[in-house]
Amino acid sequence: MQYLFMLYSDDSQWDKMSPEQQQQGAAAYFAYSKALQEAGVFIGSNRLRPAATATKVHATNGKTQVLDGPFADTKEQLGGYYLIEAPDLDAALAWAGRCPGAHHGTVEVRAVWDMSQATAAVAAD
Amino acid sequence: MGGMNDAYDSALARETAEAAARRSYGKLVAFLAARSGDVAAAEDALADAFAEALVHWPNEGSPVNPEAWLLTVARRKLVDGVRRRRGEAGADALETMATSLSAAAEADEIPDRRLALLFACAHPAIDAGIRAPLMLQAVLGLDAARIASAFLMSPTAMGQRLVRAKTKIRQAGIPFHIPERAELDGRLEAVLDAIYAAFSEGWMDAAGTDVARRDLAEEAIYLCQLVTELLPGEPEARGLLALMLYAEARRAARRGRDGEYIPLAEQDISLWDEKRIEQAEIALRQAGAMGRIERYQLEAAIQSAHVERRRTGHANWQAVVELYDALVALTGSPVAALNRALAVAEVAGAEKALACLAEVSADVRVTEYQPYWAARAELLSRTGAIEEALHAYEVAIGMERDPSVQQFLEAKRATLRSE
Repeated sequence: MQYLFMLYSDDSQWDKMSPEQQQQGAAAYFAYSKALQEAGVFIGSNRLRPAATATKVHATNGKTQVLDGPFADTKEQLGGYYLIEAPDLDAALAWAGRCPGAHHGTVEVRAVWDMSQATAAVAAD
Repeated sequence: MGGMNDAYDSALARETAEAAARRSYGKLVAFLAARSGDVAAAEDALADAFAEALVHWPNEGSPVNPEAWLLTVARRKLVDGVRRRRGEAGADALETMATSLSAAAEADEIPDRRLALLFACAHPAIDAGIRAPLMLQAVLGLDAARIASAFLMSPTAMGQRLVRAKTKIRQAGIPFHIPERAELDGRLEAVLDAIYAAFSEGWMDAAGTDVARRDLAEEAIYLCQLVTELLPGEPEARGLLALMLYAEARRAARRGRDGEYIPLAEQDISLWDEKRIEQAEIALRQAGAMGRIERYQLEAAIQSAHVERRRTGHANWQAVVELYDALVALTGSPVAALNRALAVAEVAGAEKALACLAEVSADVRVTEYQPYWAARAELLSRTGAIEEALHAYEVAIGMERDPSVQQFLEAKRATLRSE
């Protein structure tokens, strides 16, 4: 089963950190990614640009609306993700607990639909 | 004559099916759910299998091994069901599941996965408030309406919450396994807490007039017994079992003939259930011998010190105080601290107890808790501070929901006022 870790944190904190602290922070993520790869569970990961740079798009009745800013005005914003392979939720939660994002923010863990099977079923019908 | 025989046969088949249901329900659901990861589908498949049993068994006679018969039919229903919803589970997964299910159906003994099911129901990712209802439904087969009535919730709301929890187990991939040693203690605590929550719901109906709630206490004891059988080396499971058995043993003595509240100290010990107390003492001794004392064992030990009154004529208050000391140190529970103060009164007098109570009241949660005010009233009246005691009784009455306890407190207040 694939699990997506969505890393939420207050991204204004990053700017307040000293260059050494930022380096340490980046190193922690780097080490975490390495650990996931070594364990053979890593599928993908990305860090997002600050939430303040987000743009929203919504289309209704053929009209596309473009709005500035992130989805919700909350303190913690989506700042990045990891996609991993794990046998069950417990295994996924164990990895999520080691994620640096769990220490300075919150990690939301969500199971991913297996779309390959769904597509196969549709094709067979 | 044929008609009578038919009626007899179908009654017999129904009885066999019902007996099989009681004995095997949880085992079969647990087995099917563990293989499919889907509690709701397992329950549906088993319900279909029971329905088929009621059609076939009267005509063909009850099978030699009803459990295996039910599993074979339920397995077919489950695989059919998953095939229909193929978008969710792959063909490979389906194949694996079907193979492992049929292998098990051919084996003599169906593996008991009920413990794994209990751990899934009490998983930290499941809302704590729905864990007990979920266990009662999945492991014991209680229907949502009955659980709802026991938990004082509308059947619709309870049904929805149960469905949501089962969907989460399936979709989030909550595993059906017994946790590793490193996390077993924490996870077992969640299972035991949920069992105790079910028991407490049943316990609150002290008069035993509400059948659904009274039975709940029995069901909780059954579940806990199951845990002690499947995890024989865990002292806290036995501790909780002992605690519930002590409490259940006093059920008949908790209310008078007219439903009036009778406090522990005034209960007629001839109404206590000796057999249950014996069972409780055995469970507690077994737990203690394992050398890891935790919350439920301490609470059970306090009950044990109270029931010493059977033999000696009075509770062992010194032991009660010491056990509460340990419980407060372990849990920091203000309720335990409050009960400790009451035990101190029996050993060292009301003045000392009031001093303890003053410390407890620093926690605001306590001052919103009826027993705190009742305790204060009782202790104050013993020291002769009548006015203050009357005030405390009034607050206690205002905070109580149970009318029989209210009446008990009213009577106390009236007596005090007339002195």
